[in-house]
Amino acid sequence: MNEFNGLLTATVFLPAIGALVILLGPDNRLFSRFIAISVAASDFVLAILVFGLFDRTDTASRFQFLDQWVWISSDAIKSTYLLGVDGLSAPLVLLTGLLGICAVLASLKITLRVKQYFIWILLLQTSVMGVFTSLDVLLFFLFWEVELIPMYMLITTWGSGRREYSGMKFLIFTIAGSAAMLVAILGLILTQGDHALNMISTLESGSGLLPTTGIISLSVLFWLFFVAFAIKLPVWPLHTWLPDAHTDAPTAASVILAGVMLKMGGYGLLRINVGMFPEQIQSFAWVLMTLGVISVIYGGIVTLRQTDLKRLVAYSSVSHMGLVLVGIASVGASYYVNVTGLTGAAMQLFTHGTITGLLFLCVGLIYDNAHTRSIPQLGGVAQRMPIVGIAILIAGFGSLGLPGLSGFVSEILVFFGAFMAFPILTVIAVLGIVLAAGYILWMIQRALFGTLPDHLADLRDADMVESVPLLLMIVSIIVIGLYPSVLTDVFNSGLEPMVSVINNVSLINTGLLGN
Amino acid sequence: MNFNDIYLLSPQISIAALAILTILADLVIARKKAVLLIALIGLIIPLVFALSLVSSLHVSQDVALVGPSSILYSSFSLSLFSLYFNFLVLGALAIVILGSSDYLRDSGVPTGEYLGLLLLSASGMMLLVSAENLVTIYIALELTTLPLAALSAFSLNGKSTESGIKFLIVSALSSAVMLYGMAFIYGLSGSITLGGISEGLASASLDTMAYQQYGILLGVILLLVGFGFKLSAVPFHMWVPDVYEGSPTPVVAFLSVASKSVAFALVLRFFYVGLGDVDLNWAVLFALISALSMTVGNLLAISQTNIKRLFGYSTIAHAGYILAGVAAISYVGDSYIGMSSVLFYLVAYAAANLTALLAISQIGELLGSDDIDSYAGLYKKTPFLTVALVISLIALIGVPPTGIFIAKIYVFTAAVDSGLMWLAIIGVINSVVSAYYYVRVIRVMFRGDDRLKETDNIKTGIFVKLSIVVSAAITVWLGIMPSWMLETAELAAVSLVGLVN
Repeated sequence: MNEFNGLLTATVFLPAIGALVILLGPDNRLFSRFIAISVAASDFVLAILVFGLFDRTDTASRFQFLDQWVWISSDAIKSTYLLGVDGLSAPLVLLTGLLGICAVLASLKITLRVKQYFIWILLLQTSVMGVFTSLDVLLFFLFWEVELIPMYMLITTWGSGRREYSGMKFLIFTIAGSAAMLVAILGLILTQGDHALNMISTLESGSGLLPTTGIISLSVLFWLFFVAFAIKLPVWPLHTWLPDAHTDAPTAASVILAGVMLKMGGYGLLRINVGMFPEQIQSFAWVLMTLGVISVIYGGIVTLRQTDLKRLVAYSSVSHMGLVLVGIASVGASYYVNVTGLTGAAMQLFTHGTITGLLFLCVGLIYDNAHTRSIPQLGGVAQRMPIVGIAILIAGFGSLGLPGLSGFVSEILVFFGAFMAFPILTVIAVLGIVLAAGYILWMIQRALFGTLPDHLADLRDADMVESVPLLLMIVSIIVIGLYPSVLTDVFNSGLEPMVSVINNVSLINTGLLGN
Repeated sequence: MNFNDIYLLSPQISIAALAILTILADLVIARKKAVLLIALIGLIIPLVFALSLVSSLHVSQDVALVGPSSILYSSFSLSLFSLYFNFLVLGALAIVILGSSDYLRDSGVPTGEYLGLLLLSASGMMLLVSAENLVTIYIALELTTLPLAALSAFSLNGKSTESGIKFLIVSALSSAVMLYGMAFIYGLSGSITLGGISEGLASASLDTMAYQQYGILLGVILLLVGFGFKLSAVPFHMWVPDVYEGSPTPVVAFLSVASKSVAFALVLRFFYVGLGDVDLNWAVLFALISALSMTVGNLLAISQTNIKRLFGYSTIAHAGYILAGVAAISYVGDSYIGMSSVLFYLVAYAAANLTALLAISQIGELLGSDDIDSYAGLYKKTPFLTVALVISLIALIGVPPTGIFIAKIYVFTAAVDSGLMWLAIIGVINSVVSAYYYVRVIRVMFRGDDRLKETDNIKTGIFVKLSIVVSAAITVWLGIMPSWMLETAELAAVSLVGLVN
């Protein structure tokens, strides 16, 4: 039962140990920064190791680098400390490592309560890493909850604008989602027996969760999980916390929020709703599709109306995360489901993480120098900030799906997959790309080009340190755009087993295959 | 009576002796700190006795078969269940005594009397958890309560006196109601021991006379009212915020943790052992009280501006969560999940609440105020206490990695397991509501002017620091590695269930 590889445990807990060192260490800015950078960099290296050493051969086992230990073994609750990655989570671990170091590098200019700031940032990193690697539902929930307080503190202390309001809104929304998930977990404990909380045994059972009777039906559990993840993703109409939180959060927190924390929602949908509820995800795919399309279109239209750069990027996230839902809904195909749409959804998680992370970094740089994020007050920024200008161009084009950049790959996969299941709704969703072209190009035109207003005459471009995270993300956007199979192959290997379970279950249900 | 009976009661006897010794020592020793050390080191004696009793109970491998040892002709009994609470009380007491050292130094409160009363109250609590008949239960309960009422009035100001008198009157009232209920139960069962009551009521329910059934029902309800006051459950909660606000904060810490725990122990034993066979669905009553306590406690806490009043309402809400576990027991008679979830929750809550209230006590000395608004910028003034308070507040919300996170999942699992899904959902929603006011306190502490100089001008003594560190460490430990405590709680629960079968 017990086995211990150690790599994932190190990846998850290294940032928390760093936070502890900062907490107990001297109240010295340089010290805090030094520890934060070295921890985030080492964690990035560990994440690269996880992704690089992940065995991609056909004979490899599905879940790798397992750390397994009995955690709680009471009669009521049996839970294991179970960390592991499969093809779905390995790239997301890489993404978290990448954005972690970028967020720390983007925070070096912070002068307010430096010590506390890095403690919260590093705790956040542990929490997200833990979510992506836990294969036990209770452990997953534990890491999911740990993120609350750090994010709340980051928004309310280092944020801007109505930060108290936004922070509390974020907290209440998220904790309400957690409450739904907690009820679902109680349902699992009650109905699923001893292995209820072990994701591996459910994912490898070949038919998802055990059937239940009575009020706690699998459909109820499915929707409870869905609500928790939909709030995080966010899905219309549960998205209203996101623009506020993003707008008022400090730059690095926005990067983490958009880059990896929204991905926790998408990851949860793929891992739990798709992986553990093969029957329900198929029958409710049309609901997911509808909500996804509404998110895409509604998010796009609202984005067009934004004049605050950060709010604009935030609302565009609503639109882009809608695409994740559209990709997941591809499993609603009435005949043989293939993995394309799910891979697209997973790819969208990764590419949106880098693209939006990059956009938030650039917006943060502009705001730091120009002290405004209002598009009408900006203009000609690219003249003074060429590096930031180029970065926004690349991220913007990636965001609207220009071929050759990573956004294109994920969007095309999503649409290919979803078209098989819901052709008409997919066509409507494609309009979202048109809207994206509209708001991105319009934003670039108004903010980056044109004449430079007088009050922006002394703008300063990104310096060396600030350019490093920009460069890291640009590289990842271009590399994935040109050579997508570096990711898609891995995602496929993780999602293929889930799809075959779905196909298997639907064959049994339609009577084509005996039980 | 023989020597073995004295051995089985040795923890209780030794702590009562320690109380007297402490008061006597105060007469001859001038240094307050020395008296405190005597009380503290003296606690090792009951601890050692309790440990040796555990090892003697563990002789048999199958704990479920180890029945209670009857003491003094069924006046008391000894089981792992009662020892579990002995350890809880002793632990809480040690932490509170450590945490009171600064309060005793600065406030001019007479040390010997303060410590003596605390120890006396603790001896009452330890007697209460093993009291086996109505007379000893009543005496132990009064021994628990009266010293606490005196301690509530210790601060020599109007508020404190008010809270002492309020506590005294409420206790007297609830005891009177409870006695009335006991009279009914005694009258209809013909026995004063819990085991005898159980048998008596079982035979009474055979001849189904209507008046007997109603008599039992009335007795149970009167008992429930009496216990409700001790548990600080709604609708018997009105005294809690006032007493919490006025009493010295270390006393509040002891009151909210130890007194509440043994009240739950009493409820578990009385309703599970004494009334276990009664065919009444009083579990519905517990479920209702639970839902009410959670909801009312949390909603009223939102608008509080005084941190101690806020904790008063928070303790009401937590009584509600724990009662969900109590209600879960009665639905499935032979299961002990509900029981052990209550036991685990009590320990997790004790650790978190002790951390919080001892920190609040120090902060109150530092700021001279218990207003939440005056906490602004606290992180700068006293980082140590701020971190401690943050940990305990996070724990009280039920956010991991803390003990109450596991405890809440455990309690709600037990509730769902016994068909109380609605109660679990109410509990989960209430946890969301509670996040609002707990987080607000955290937020206030980190608000404020950064140009403030670090003025750690309160000399938080090493004893107080130790007590806060220990209780905070237990809080986190129970969240990260709960297995040991869960197993212990299950053993204790089984030992009580084994007592019924």
